[in-house]
Amino acid sequence: MISTNDTCANCPAHNLSNLKKLGIDMSSFDYVVALAGNPNTGKSTVFNYLTGLKQHTGNWPGKTVTRAEGGFEYNGKKFKLVDLPGTYSLLSTSVDEEVARDFILFGQPDVTVIVIDATRVERNLNLVLQILEITERVVICLNLMDEARRNKIEVDARTLSKELGVPVVPAAARQGEGMTELLKYIYEVATGSYICKPYRIKSKSRELNEAIDKLSQEIQQEFPNLPNTRWVALRLLEGDQNIIDAIRNGELGNLNAPKVVELQET
Amino acid sequence: MEKVFERREKIIAEANKLRWELGENIHDILMENIYENASDIAKKTVRYPDKEVAFSFDRTLDKILTSKYLGFPIMFIMLGVVFWLTIQGANYPSGLLANLLVDTIHPALKIFATNINLPWWLSGILIDGAYLAMAWVVSVMLPPMAIFFPLYTLLEDFGYLPRVAFNMDPLYKKVGAHGRQALTMAMGFGCNAAGVIATRVIDSPRERLIAIITNNFSLCNGRWPTQILIATVFIGSAVPAYLAGIVSAAAVVFVAVLGISFSLLVSWFLSRTLLKGEASAFSLELPPYRPPRILQTLYTSLIDRTIFVLWRAIVFAVPAGMLIWLVANFTIDGVSLANHFIRYANPIAFVFGLNGVIFLAYIIAIPANEIVIPTILMLTVANLGIQGVGAGSGVMFELESTADVASILHAGGWTLLTGINLMLFSLLHNPCSTTIFTIYKETKSWKWTLVSTFLPIAMGLSITFFVTQIWRLLSN
Repeated sequence: MISTNDTCANCPAHNLSNLKKLGIDMSSFDYVVALAGNPNTGKSTVFNYLTGLKQHTGNWPGKTVTRAEGGFEYNGKKFKLVDLPGTYSLLSTSVDEEVARDFILFGQPDVTVIVIDATRVERNLNLVLQILEITERVVICLNLMDEARRNKIEVDARTLSKELGVPVVPAAARQGEGMTELLKYIYEVATGSYICKPYRIKSKSRELNEAIDKLSQEIQQEFPNLPNTRWVALRLLEGDQNIIDAIRNGELGNLNAPKVVELQET
Repeated sequence: MEKVFERREKIIAEANKLRWELGENIHDILMENIYENASDIAKKTVRYPDKEVAFSFDRTLDKILTSKYLGFPIMFIMLGVVFWLTIQGANYPSGLLANLLVDTIHPALKIFATNINLPWWLSGILIDGAYLAMAWVVSVMLPPMAIFFPLYTLLEDFGYLPRVAFNMDPLYKKVGAHGRQALTMAMGFGCNAAGVIATRVIDSPRERLIAIITNNFSLCNGRWPTQILIATVFIGSAVPAYLAGIVSAAAVVFVAVLGISFSLLVSWFLSRTLLKGEASAFSLELPPYRPPRILQTLYTSLIDRTIFVLWRAIVFAVPAGMLIWLVANFTIDGVSLANHFIRYANPIAFVFGLNGVIFLAYIIAIPANEIVIPTILMLTVANLGIQGVGAGSGVMFELESTADVASILHAGGWTLLTGINLMLFSLLHNPCSTTIFTIYKETKSWKWTLVSTFLPIAMGLSITFFVTQIWRLLSN
């Protein structure tokens, strides 16, 4: 690559020109990026923008029920982007939610981009908080800012980022607005130059907190490489059979070797 | 090894103990916490306008589109307008394409084949079979698809389809199915295989099965052109010319609505017999209206849908064309295989107001509904041995417009009743092989795959039987 001076490298226009849309070419990649979010927030639009693919998007909750994959190159690094089905939470049992949850939990993406709807921040946060319990390497794409403006809703992205402890990028993916910033933060979180300090769900129930702490310590001892013991503890407390099985057969312990666990294909 | 096992069991036992100590409502406590936390954060970061200007346009529009009284009429009118535009717009380009592909290129190819001394059977299979089937699919299918899909996609992008689902939702709940089935049904209007996969949004296995089995009652991509063409030829020609367009469009809307009624009826039946249970509660989200991006819609609906469906039709039409040529030209006792079948099937088909050609066409067209009409036309021509148009039987007729389709079908003994019954049978017959395979992949059950395949056929035969018998009683 031709070396450029710092001012130029930091210029957003320059950075966007560093984006190479790779379509479905994912022969080798340096990082895996998952795309999660509530239904109909524009995940597929972001996906198409970054990969140059033309997955059909629709104004339609539940357009994507399987995962779609594509690739892009940015600043010389290759990224594999996985578009997950839209879900409201990760706590129920429908197949589409399992696809999303299992990928974030077992697929161990390097970065999870959560696309949220700027006109429905509060409800979208429910999912954000759950994902932050599972993985800390998150970038939030505050999408549909154009609609928020149309409806005179103001979202303070900076404060939101401070509260959640992860980058928040205001965007309007349909118009390509904010995509440069999004790429920059995906790159920074993936390479570890941006350290996330994710928000943890605060519970008023002392007993629940104690139970989670106790259980997650024990899990930590048994599976020292597991990054999200709190979430596993929670699911165990809820009696999630998949997690119980994963503990029994030791599958949880393999999580430090990501990308090995193959997910149920569609 | 033993120790590892014990340690893990200990963790699980510990979790069970803690769960018991905490009581049964961990899930509720957790959800409450999440909601509280989310609401706290939202309060710090989001400011809504003082006055409720937000969503006012959306809300007004929603009040009209999902209104108790206006909701359904608007839905019928919207569908009707889309079909009317398709019917009006498709005839002329269809004629142009047929002129070029069938009347000009086909004879040229035949002459070329004679000049290079191609054996008669090879030129028959390739040019009179494969090429003509393909040419026919393109000229019949391309124009309606190129008009219908962009219009449909515009409605979808605008956000109208979820409103249709919203209108339908209470009906599905009433029959014991999941409200989201309304969404998967609407997706089935595009493609049943896609609709079946979309049922993954339904979390109860019972309700998901109902949605899968009944998805076939949504007319799909491959069947819209059949409906539109037959409605134009038979229904449209039965009324004065100035009404033809509107009446044919209304007939297609009627068949589509009939499909929705059958999906409700069968859901009701299943949830009271084989798949008993209560409807689960859920909330359907209405997305905001978004101004559709016209150019992008044209692009995606042309590439993703029109070209995709057309390509699929061509891929299936080529071998089907060869097969049709073979069964029309391979003779036993001086009679072609196709004629043998048609002769045997005719008396049975008569009871259902159909004919042997239609039966044979539906067998040949199992891989793709798109090729039903081309197959019917080729078989009819072959069966009648219409002469003077190309060389020998099994050759497509020269078609310049829907008027020619009409003349072939009339020559084949078709009446208004045959047309009506074909429209009904096109709605109610087995799903295409792709959809059947998808159903198996999604349910992992042969039993439910077979039910989904044969239930519609049984229904189609019963309905056409009754329509035919009543029709004949009344017309006598």
